[in-house]
Amino acid sequence: MQKRTLEIDSNERLTRDCYRLVLKGPRLPDICPGQFVHIEIPGKYLRRPISVCDADENGIVLLYKTVGEGTQVLSRINAGEGLDVLMPLGSGFSTAGGRVLLIGGGLGAAPLHFLCRRLREAGAEVSAVLGFNTASDVVLTDAYRALGVEPLIVTLDGSAGLRGVVTDAPLPDADRFCTCGPLPMMRSVCESMDMPGEVSMEERMGCGAGFCYGCTIQTGSGPARVCADGPVFRKEEISW
Amino acid sequence: MDLSTQLCGIRLRNPVIPASGCFGFGLEMAGEYDLNCLGGISLKGTTLEPRFGNPCPRIAESGSGMLNAVGLQNPGIHALVDEKVPALRKVFDGCIIANISGFSLEEYAACCRVADSCPDIDIIELNISCPNVHGGGMAFGTDPHQAAAVVSAAKAATAKPVFVKLSPNVTDIVAVARACEDAGADGLTLINTLRGMRIDIKKRRPVLANVTGGLSGPAVLPVALCMVRDVRRACRLPIIGCGGVDSAETLVEMMMAGADAVQVGAGNLRNPYVCKEIAEALPELAQRLGINSLKEIIACTI
Repeated sequence: MQKRTLEIDSNERLTRDCYRLVLKGPRLPDICPGQFVHIEIPGKYLRRPISVCDADENGIVLLYKTVGEGTQVLSRINAGEGLDVLMPLGSGFSTAGGRVLLIGGGLGAAPLHFLCRRLREAGAEVSAVLGFNTASDVVLTDAYRALGVEPLIVTLDGSAGLRGVVTDAPLPDADRFCTCGPLPMMRSVCESMDMPGEVSMEERMGCGAGFCYGCTIQTGSGPARVCADGPVFRKEEISW
Repeated sequence: MDLSTQLCGIRLRNPVIPASGCFGFGLEMAGEYDLNCLGGISLKGTTLEPRFGNPCPRIAESGSGMLNAVGLQNPGIHALVDEKVPALRKVFDGCIIANISGFSLEEYAACCRVADSCPDIDIIELNISCPNVHGGGMAFGTDPHQAAAVVSAAKAATAKPVFVKLSPNVTDIVAVARACEDAGADGLTLINTLRGMRIDIKKRRPVLANVTGGLSGPAVLPVALCMVRDVRRACRLPIIGCGGVDSAETLVEMMMAGADAVQVGAGNLRNPYVCKEIAEALPELAQRLGINSLKEIIACTI
């Protein structure tokens, strides 16, 4: 874990309530897909955890939704300002090769995008199914395409791609899957898929570094901190 | 410059102590910095049996602070004594404070007996003030007679110094402090969190799954300072001040109010390195304020 002040390179609105934040800094620590950063928000006491959508040694890309006051404040901060960031935090997805199916819901598509990049670099055969509420919420399709993966888009109202939820889609065959998105979606994915899988859990967090025990969930191997033991867990560990 | 302080005969290299519940069992941060920059570490609240704690959300934002309702998640006193404390002692030579909670006098006593057998534990801190567990401690901390009974039970079970962590959720904290002193406590830690809640107005329900939680952070600093001063004026016991301290300046303030040592709680959640940074900032601040020894400022406002 490092505590760094990173400069905002850009902070742009992508959809009605989704923003793309690019942070720059020299010689950043290596980040694994699935790991997150914990950002201090001016005027707020607790940091906000955001998973990493893309990264290299000079910058990170984050997608976030304005769901509460903290992210509202974040969305109004301009390029050129500095943000205090703890990084990288938590466990990551496996980046081993083979045939990997990525299943994202909403902004769950963001960490899976970074995973997609690393999997492609490892020579994996990647397919992706991304679910959104409606056409205007769809993000990152071009970013996946740039990595040579054509994502199958599913929307609840059918306004883009197939109509329904991700488990309604004809899921491509694979050796394993990785999923990130709303809990009910991940649960139905895990319960309907026989292949091995990894799940990125989400919980309201305190420290983000594993010592406050504010984000503990029950797992097959006992209590686990989403921030430090996760957020990525093997599917069989999760007690839905 | 002398940054050291004393707690009932135990020398601390400096007064900086991460507070119980805000630094795990010490080991979680051992890889991040050398813990030997700290005077002591108060370990996460421990009960006789392992506890999962409360459902999530356990944490909520609040102006200049936060609420928590973790609910005493812990691996039980035996795991603490057999695994956590010996592992911490390997990397930390400062004062190790075991924070103990219970649901009955017998449980407090049983925990103290187990802790007593562990040579690496320097001080036992009785948590009689956890607001987040029904029947878990705070009932003992809000009544002077009950508080005294816990102290008596603990003192009978251990030869180690026994500190009592006091609740601010009382009409008269001095009465509870005096009762603990009379019952034989060796020191006092104050304050624990203030009971509070937040409501999600979109969902029309409390933010915390436990409904209520404990407020901590800079919002409670003035409350803590005032209570530390009140107790200092009324008792002779050493005091560990706690509540809203997140800088060398506020640590000095807490000592001037009457604290012999100072715990840093919520500040760790905002900045995991805050205790190290406070310890590093102390010499320069002391010099700027013309302080030769931190001991000279303890209770200087009384």
